[in-house]
Amino acid sequence: MSGASRIADDVRSGARSARDVLDEHLEAINRREPDIHAFNAVLADEARAAADGVDAAVARGDDPGPLAGVPLALKDNMCTRGLLTTCSSRILEGWRPPYDATVVERVRAAGAVVIGKTNLDEFAMGSSTENSAFGPTRNPHDLTRVPGGSSGGSAAAVAAGFAPLALGSDTGGSIRQPAALCGVVGVKPTYGAVSRYGLIAFASSLDQIGPFAATVEDAALLLEVIAGHDSLDSTSIAGPAPQLVAGLDEGVSGLRVGIVDEMTEIDGIEPQVRDAVRAAAAGLEAAGAKVDTVSVPSATYGISAYYLIAPAEASSNLARYDGVRYGLRVDADDVSHMNSATREAGFGREVKRRIMLGTYALSAGYYDAYYGQAQRVRTLILRDFERVYEQFDVLIAATSPTVAFELGAKTADPLAMYLCDVCTVPVNLTGHPAMSVPFGTGDAGLPIGVQVLAPALGEPTMFRVARAIEQAAGR
Amino acid sequence: MTAYETVIGLEVHCELATASKMFCGCPNEFGDEPNTNVCAVCLGLPGSLPVLNAMAVEYALRVADALNLRVPERSVFSRKNYFYPDMPKNYQTSQYDEPITIDGWLEIDGVRVGITRAHLEEDTGKSQHVGVGGRIHDAEFSLVDYNRAGVPLLEIVSEPDIRSAEQAKRYVEELRATLLAVGVSDVKMEEGSLRIDANVSVRTPGSPEFGTRAEIKNLNSLRSLLRAIEYESDRQWSLTQAGEKVVQETRHWDEESGRTISGRSKEEAHDYRYFPEPDLVPVEPTQEMRERVRASMPELPAAQRARYIEQWGIGAEDARVLVDVPGLAAYAERAVAALPGDSGGSAKDVVNWVRQEVLAYINETGLSPAVLAPEMLAELVALVAAGTISRQQAKDVLAESLRDEKWPRTIVEERGIAQVSDEGAIADVIDRVLAANPNVAEEYRAGDEAAKKKKWGFLMGQVMRELKGRGNAQVINRILEQRVAGE
Ligand SMILES: [Zn+2]
Repeated sequence: MSGASRIADDVRSGARSARDVLDEHLEAINRREPDIHAFNAVLADEARAAADGVDAAVARGDDPGPLAGVPLALKDNMCTRGLLTTCSSRILEGWRPPYDATVVERVRAAGAVVIGKTNLDEFAMGSSTENSAFGPTRNPHDLTRVPGGSSGGSAAAVAAGFAPLALGSDTGGSIRQPAALCGVVGVKPTYGAVSRYGLIAFASSLDQIGPFAATVEDAALLLEVIAGHDSLDSTSIAGPAPQLVAGLDEGVSGLRVGIVDEMTEIDGIEPQVRDAVRAAAAGLEAAGAKVDTVSVPSATYGISAYYLIAPAEASSNLARYDGVRYGLRVDADDVSHMNSATREAGFGREVKRRIMLGTYALSAGYYDAYYGQAQRVRTLILRDFERVYEQFDVLIAATSPTVAFELGAKTADPLAMYLCDVCTVPVNLTGHPAMSVPFGTGDAGLPIGVQVLAPALGEPTMFRVARAIEQAAGR
Repeated sequence: MTAYETVIGLEVHCELATASKMFCGCPNEFGDEPNTNVCAVCLGLPGSLPVLNAMAVEYALRVADALNLRVPERSVFSRKNYFYPDMPKNYQTSQYDEPITIDGWLEIDGVRVGITRAHLEEDTGKSQHVGVGGRIHDAEFSLVDYNRAGVPLLEIVSEPDIRSAEQAKRYVEELRATLLAVGVSDVKMEEGSLRIDANVSVRTPGSPEFGTRAEIKNLNSLRSLLRAIEYESDRQWSLTQAGEKVVQETRHWDEESGRTISGRSKEEAHDYRYFPEPDLVPVEPTQEMRERVRASMPELPAAQRARYIEQWGIGAEDARVLVDVPGLAAYAERAVAALPGDSGGSAKDVVNWVRQEVLAYINETGLSPAVLAPEMLAELVALVAAGTISRQQAKDVLAESLRDEKWPRTIVEERGIAQVSDEGAIADVIDRVLAANPNVAEEYRAGDEAAKKKKWGFLMGQVMRELKGRGNAQVINRILEQRVAGE
């Protein structure tokens, strides 16, 4: 298998057909998907039609676009017109959206071939993809281990070679953490850089769609396609997508890089992960960057603030699943009992837990102590990071405190599961971009990821640094 | 003087007549086939996102200018969370602690009623509960029409400054006229584009404290508003007099029984869990937008009434009717403008016809004055002023003119009813009649009251017969006077 940019070049030049590329990937899926379960749905027929369309365009002499013929896996919380979109929840049973998410339109317009809808923790709530109503996804590097989550299906699909590219969504680390655990690149762009239109909301002020790829370059290529203003999303940033691929190899000489203490030197972090961050820093230093450690004290409170704000927004976002208009309906004597019977049967335990947490955090008499306080902490964290970015161009940190853990290891202990996000949630709260880059392997050959963080709209620099880390890792 | 004082604050929900809905491009239309004006956004489908209609903001700014409201630099949308099947997202996007306008007032008959705020929010769909009791809890099944879901609403909240049901009615009338004048709504209560909740409490006159209030919902007409406030304040006062407590609650007005009925029970009491809507950004009207709105503001009803009273010499009540009935003032203005300068007809005459005949016609047919031709009324007024037809004849002519869209002069000609008002012609006839009846003038002058009356009637009758009944009675009277009595 080759990378996305290579495939696109070959398909555009006519050296390979999109159909051949697709068939190779479908074959890989046939071989290993039964063990991995990356997909909720493999869209073989639709993909073949799309690939044939790309080939026809090439034959006509038209340019199918920068992702010509590249198979792409979509997290199953992005709307696809006429195709089941489940959020890995029973509550959306049978629902086919009447429209495509903006990112889906954009990748298709760029020539990508949507190959399937990937598994996730129900409504993107989780860090292991074990909260899926359709069963867990397994880590392609070790089938006894989780791929991370919530975008575990997308990360596993790229890691297993099912698709060179995938899209995920990141609310508290749901792209970066599974990327780290699966040994692929995963990017959470600046909030507002990528349209959320058609992304089924978990926590609207934190959700952001981003790419998965095997390489930094491919991730940059995909982000260029999906980023840029969308009038259907009021929180979308004005202006065109940033240029990322062109400046990728400009190097890091002279860049000021900070290692974030609170996201690296923490309780419970595995030494192998901490060592990887330090080694990546050394690599950047060798490439000419100025590296120092830096403290962002308020980042420690990120996880507490996050687990109030995200459930609060979720409790409201998920209120619409009531059995009245679409998806599952469990009949009962009257409307309100039908609502509760439907929600009782349709939502899994973790989703219910967060709806309750969030409802409580917003309720009269508690709002100020919980939701209000969390918002103040959020502001504090943002100010701290902005201050740090006066002295540093980018920051680096661990992505996940651990490598991939075994299935079931944390399912009985929600708090332990929540702590998987300790290094990733701060940037969701600030809206800043961050990405995870593979940096070698640890025990039992399991991948380790290093996180690169940048100020708002700092993606071009972030990608250059990620590219340098990738090179330092010898890839 | 009543034994108690009623304290009223009103919440008026006004549907804004924007072309499209508040957060999507669906048409904002009343009365279409159910669930035809809907899309992913106003159905709250998973993944859809709202985009604020800039026109709704502009309309709110127009109302702000008309109601003396302040516009803070920024306002914020919030989610009001509660479950109801006609609300697609099970939250309503509304404004809570940072509304788009605050602190205004509206003057009613010389009294200022404070307006706390006017904020933007989306309307809900409409449920229809079928079978058994026809309410959500006992219906066999329910149907929901989401055409109204997402229609922009402006909720205008008054201070508790209103002191009687009549004043509440006047407040709504003035507010309605104002909203109509600034062009933000069709303010049709019967179609639900203006809906009212009333907060009512009672107290001993002069007491500085407010009593416990009840919020009355389902007031669909001015008549309901009047009756409900009167009923509710009586009810509360009776309770107080009996030593019982008024409960703070929502009550529904039941038009049929003429009573307010206790609404939600305690266990259903709502905690709306308001929080800022993360899918929208704060609204920050630009100076340019505010100035554009200010420059395009029309004359407000109070100023308009004052102008009519002064320029046309009409009464306050006439002015009020003209301004309150949609389209009537514009119709009257065009009719006055079309009146020929030398016709002898006045603006006041025009208004009289408008208030009586034209208004009756509008009420009867349900037509808007905008579809009538005011030039036709102007011609009619001129015909009456010239004495061509009598007022009584003019009523029939106007009725036909309105109904068949026919010019009054044409009708008069067709019917052959034009009066003879020409003084020379009438004088000739009178002279002929007097010559043919030489004694009558003498008998008239010599006779007592009864005889005078009799002889006068005889002469009038002779003259009219000569003129085939079309003589202008006023002119005949005047000339006869000169010839017979005036020597
Ligand atoms: Zn719509």
